[in-house]
Amino acid sequence: MNRLGLLSSSFSLNLWSDLHSMWQYAFMQHAFEAGSIVAIVAGMVGYFVVIRRLSFAAHALSHAGFAGAAGAVLMNLNPLFGLLIFTGGGGLAMAALGKKAASRDVQIGNVLAFMLGLGVLFISLYKGYATEAYSLLFGEILGISSGNVTLTWIAALVIICAVALLYRRLLFTSLDEDVAEARGISMLGMNIIFMLLISLAVSIAVQVVGVLLIFALLVTPASIAQRLTKHPLQGIGLSITVALVATWIGLFTSYYVPYPVSFFIVSVVFIAYLIVRLVQFLQHTGKAQPASD
Amino acid sequence: MIELVKAERLSAGYNSKAIWHDASFSIKPGEFVGLLGANGAGKTTLFRLLLGLEKPLSGSLEIFGEAPRRGNPKISYIPQRRIIDSETRIQALEYVRLGTFGNKWGFSFGKNAVQERKAALEILKLVDASDLAYRSLSELSGGEQQRIFLAQALVGKPDLLLLDEPLANLDIRREIQLVSIIDRIARSEKLSVILIAHDINPLLPVVDRIIYIANGKVAAGTPSEIVTNQKLSELYDAPIEVLRDSRGRLAVLGTEEAMHHE
Repeated sequence: MNRLGLLSSSFSLNLWSDLHSMWQYAFMQHAFEAGSIVAIVAGMVGYFVVIRRLSFAAHALSHAGFAGAAGAVLMNLNPLFGLLIFTGGGGLAMAALGKKAASRDVQIGNVLAFMLGLGVLFISLYKGYATEAYSLLFGEILGISSGNVTLTWIAALVIICAVALLYRRLLFTSLDEDVAEARGISMLGMNIIFMLLISLAVSIAVQVVGVLLIFALLVTPASIAQRLTKHPLQGIGLSITVALVATWIGLFTSYYVPYPVSFFIVSVVFIAYLIVRLVQFLQHTGKAQPASD
Repeated sequence: MIELVKAERLSAGYNSKAIWHDASFSIKPGEFVGLLGANGAGKTTLFRLLLGLEKPLSGSLEIFGEAPRRGNPKISYIPQRRIIDSETRIQALEYVRLGTFGNKWGFSFGKNAVQERKAALEILKLVDASDLAYRSLSELSGGEQQRIFLAQALVGKPDLLLLDEPLANLDIRREIQLVSIIDRIARSEKLSVILIAHDINPLLPVVDRIIYIANGKVAAGTPSEIVTNQKLSELYDAPIEVLRDSRGRLAVLGTEEAMHHE
């Protein structure tokens, strides 16, 4: 059975005809389109999130976004706007408090819990369907509207242009804050810009994997890439590739199997992560053995 | 000859509280200067003043004949003990390239990228680190990392190199090796160097001048002027004894650092 119980096609070994049949549905087209854009952006921003050690801050921003999105739902607005405002506000606050603030896990955790609580309140005040909460928390890419696809495109173009323009400065400040500062780069300026980029990326990624599974697109692909290459541009490329492949496999599989897309995406990246770690562990012990003889 | 650095009655500190005051000294182009003093004495603060990251509390400070300003490309800075996380894998060559391209916009490609790589590889050769170019920074030893940091600082062709505790956590052999690399490059490239250290001994063969910060006071001069019983006792306001062993190595007794060793 497929997820809606209405779709007539079933899985065949001809990949092309499978894709062709699922793309006959507008919702699958939208899902593939938005999912791909999000994967590209999340993989790219994720690389810097990982080298800047901001993964927990990114996670926290997505939780702040949950409160914003739930509030927007309550006010009958597009949840994406609520996400943007709350993640953006949270990002600015973290940037203003300095990079060290972004790594203070206890303080961030406190704010994060409060934001989730606020989100729960808004959701309970909302007299609509509980599925809203579910899709915010775990993503619902198959339900994405064409309006949101357009918004996703715009956000993605902003992020891609900003990263292309700031690539070298981002890399420099990520790897070598003190030297970059001495060379005249404004730390506050870069922190603000980067936090806003994370906020934007988180906001559109929530549509695909939800608030709680944001790591799957924003951190895990980049951390896999970090393990596989020492070269920054290759790392970004690889991170994007992992995120894209995971999203496609997730969407493809969920067309035939009635489980959430985000579950499949998380599973693909996690399995990839495990494989990479296992292979590297085996390589390492393989190398170490002759030396111990 | 124009002075490279000129300080007159300079005081430095944070929140209008002076860490040290009334420092007057000058550094000539091409000199190798050792900056010594206890932890928290304000050695790094002097660097931050030179880099234009802090303002003096009072007095005047000139560098290259002008007031310090942020982002001066004539100055390269190697901060103290940078944490290279084992999870952060970055090729040494790419890291060195940051020294030339890190504050530029956009990407470098084509001819620029080739030139940057070439410059980075040349500098890596200069610091005896050609074999490390394609390794990840996080898997290098402390001494190897210091050579990569040095390469990154040199690749922008600075006139002045500020090194904050590059010898920390190195064993004696690697200390001597790094100091001699820095000295060789400084002489051949006509670079001025200010190097912060705890221990004067590895620097003695190469330094032209010493700046000693202790007890809120700053003394500057040649090693034979500064590292004496009288001068250091004055500086610390306590009896200090400088001992010299059979191989010319110095031991400064009576300072806080020395007492910690006992």
